[in-house]
Amino acid sequence: MVFLFYLLTAIMLISALMVVFSRYPINSVIYLIICFLMVAGHYILLNAQFLAVVHIIVYTGAVMVLFLFVLMLLNLNAKIDTHRSVLIRIAAVVSGGLLFLVLVAALKGSLTAPLSGKFDSSIGLVKNLGMVLYKDFMLPFEMSSVLFLSAMVGALMLSKRQ
Amino acid sequence: MEANDLIFKIILLFLVFIITLLVAMYSTYAERKVAAFIQDRIGPNRAGTFGLLQPLADGVKMFMKEDIIPLHANKALFVMGPSIAMTTACLTGVIIPWGGELNIGGKIYSLQITDLNIGVLYIFAMVAIGVYGIMLGGWASNNKYALLGSVRAASQMISYELAMALAITALILKTGTLSLRDIVAQQQGWHWNIFYQPLGFLIFLVCAFAETNRAPFDMPECESELIGGYHTEYSSMRLGFYLFAEYINMFISSAVLATLYFGGYHMPFISHLGLSANTVVMLGTLFFFIKIFLLIFFFMWVRWTIPRFRYDQLMKLGWKGLLPLAFINIFITGLVMILL
Amino acid sequence: MESLTNRSKVTGNKKMSFLEWIYLPAVVKGLYITIKHLFRKKATISYPEEKREFSPVYRGLHVLKRDDAGRERCTACGLCAVACPAEAITMVAAERKPGEEHLYREEKYAKVYEINMLRCIFCGDCEEACPEEAIFLTNRLVPSEYQRNDLIYCKDILLEPLDDAKRIDVSQRQTPAVKEFKKNKLLFHNK
Repeated sequence: MVFLFYLLTAIMLISALMVVFSRYPINSVIYLIICFLMVAGHYILLNAQFLAVVHIIVYTGAVMVLFLFVLMLLNLNAKIDTHRSVLIRIAAVVSGGLLFLVLVAALKGSLTAPLSGKFDSSIGLVKNLGMVLYKDFMLPFEMSSVLFLSAMVGALMLSKRQ
Repeated sequence: MEANDLIFKIILLFLVFIITLLVAMYSTYAERKVAAFIQDRIGPNRAGTFGLLQPLADGVKMFMKEDIIPLHANKALFVMGPSIAMTTACLTGVIIPWGGELNIGGKIYSLQITDLNIGVLYIFAMVAIGVYGIMLGGWASNNKYALLGSVRAASQMISYELAMALAITALILKTGTLSLRDIVAQQQGWHWNIFYQPLGFLIFLVCAFAETNRAPFDMPECESELIGGYHTEYSSMRLGFYLFAEYINMFISSAVLATLYFGGYHMPFISHLGLSANTVVMLGTLFFFIKIFLLIFFFMWVRWTIPRFRYDQLMKLGWKGLLPLAFINIFITGLVMILL
Repeated sequence: MESLTNRSKVTGNKKMSFLEWIYLPAVVKGLYITIKHLFRKKATISYPEEKREFSPVYRGLHVLKRDDAGRERCTACGLCAVACPAEAITMVAAERKPGEEHLYREEKYAKVYEINMLRCIFCGDCEEACPEEAIFLTNRLVPSEYQRNDLIYCKDILLEPLDDAKRIDVSQRQTPAVKEFKKNKLLFHNK
C-alpha cells in the first residue's frame, strides 16, 4: 500500500510538473489527465471508491474532454508566443506565492494535529457519503446545485447575447 | 483472500478476457451474416464451413497489412489512440456479474471478477475514458476528416452520457443500490427492470447506440461524409483495434443492458425444475449469454434497418428529446416510489 | 401531371403528427420489414458451385469453329473485323500450302486471329457478318485477368479443340431463323 502511494504520488507530481513545462498545449492536457487519474488512484487507496469514480467521470471524462475539444479547434502548429510583459510576470509570481502561502498555512495545522478517534474505512463508500451529504449537509449541498444552475444560465446568457 | 480464491479470480479474469475477444471476433462475422441475410444475400461462406473461419482470415489480413503512420501525425498519440480504445473497452467486463455463485466443495465462488459497490458508475468512468481513444487518435492523425470525426465523437458521447446517466438514475431510485450484483439479485423470476422502467430502458438503449458509435448514430465514422471518420488515417492492426473496440463495446453494452434491465443471469421458472444449485448457476450463465447475443443481434438488426441521423438531428434528439424524457422518467419514478 | 401508379406521395414541410414525431412506430415498422427479409429466399447464389441458367442466345466468349473434318472454317476475309463496332478483331491472312488441306478448308486462312476482350462489347455482329459460319459467340464466360495483355485472345484460346469430346456446341445459335437469314443473298456478306 505504501509503495502504491509513493508510486501514484511520484507519477502525479511528475505529470503535474509536465503540465506546466510541456511546450504543446495538447501534451499539457494529457499530463493533466494522467494527473487526475492518479488522484483517483489516491481516492481508491483511501477506500473512497465513489469519489474516485466521480472524479474520473467529471474531471477526466467531461472537463478534460472539453479542454481537448477546445484545443483541437485551435491551430496548434503555430508557435504560441509566450512572451509576457514584466508587470504580468510579477503579478503572476505574487499571486502564485500568496496561494502557496495560504496552502501552507492551511496544511500546517493538519500535519501537527494527531489523528483523532478511530478511522472508519467505510466512510468513503457511497452509502455513508450519501447519508452525510443528504442529512448533515443537506442545505449546503442543495445550495451548491443552485450555484451550478446559475453558472449554467450565466454561461448561456453570455453566449446568447450577440 | 486465500490462494484458492486468487487462482479462481485469475482464471475467471482470463476467461472473461478471452470470451470477450472471441465474442467480439465472431460479432464481426455475425454482423456480416446478419447484414447479408437482411439484404437477401448469403454472406461470407468461403473460409471454413458457413465461413466460420472468416474472422481469423480477417485478423490475419489485418496483421499482414502495412502499418502506416502519417508523416505529420503526432506519433505517440497516434499509437496511444487505439490502445486506449481497446483497453477501456476490455476493462468494463471486470464488473459484469457473469453468473451466480458456484459451490465447489463447500466453498463459494462468485462468477464475477469484482463486485464494486459503485459498479454502475464504474461503467460510466470507463466509457468516459474511452472517448480519449477516439479523440486522441483522430486528432493525432493530422487529417481534417479524422479531426471532424473525433470532434463529433466527443460531443456525441458527452451529450448522450447525460441522458444515459439520468436513465440509470431512475433505475437506481428503484433498486436503491449501485452494485450490479445486487441489481441482478433483485430481478429474480420475472421481476425484470424493463417492466418497471420501460421508458428508462428505451432512453438507455438509444444512448447505448450513441455511446458505442453504432448506426444510426455512427456519425464519428460515417463513411459517406467523413471517409472513415476518426480512423481515416489508420491502417493494419491499429485500424483493427479500433474496429475491434467497437465490437467489444457492443458486447459489453449488451451485457450491461442484460444485467440492468433483463434480469442478468436469472432465468424464470428454473427454480421449479428441481436442478442442483450448481447446474442452475451454469444454466443461468448460459441464459445470460443468450440474452447478450439476442441484444447484439438487435444492435445489428437496427444498424441494417435505420439510416444514419444527421448531426443536428442527433444533437436535437439528445438534448431536446432524451434529456427531458429522462427527467420526466426520474420524476415519475420518484412519484411512484413515494406514493406506493 | 397525372400520376401513373398512384403510389407517389406528396412531400413537403408539413407538420408531423405526434406518432410521426416520436419516430418509434416508423422504426418498428422498419425493423419488421428487415426481419422479414432475414427469412426470405436469398437472391444471390454461390457462383462457381452454382450457376444460373443462361439465355439460349447468350453472347459470351467467341469460338472459331472447325468443320466436321476438323478443318478451320475461317478464311480471313476480314468481314468480322469490318463489322466489329468496337474494332476488337485483328487478323493476318496467309495462303494455304500444299499438304495443309487437312488443316484449312479454303485456300486462305487466318495465320493470326486476335480478339481484344477488353474492347469487345459482345454484340454478335462478327457472327452475323461471317459468311463461313466460322465465328460464334458461346455461353462461356471470359475470366478476369491480372494483365491487360492476357485479355487479347489469340487462336490458341479462340479455336475450337480438335478433340471430338471437346467440340463446342453452337447449335443453339444456329436456329432455323439464323440459317434462313444466312441464305439471304441480298445481304452483302451472303452474296
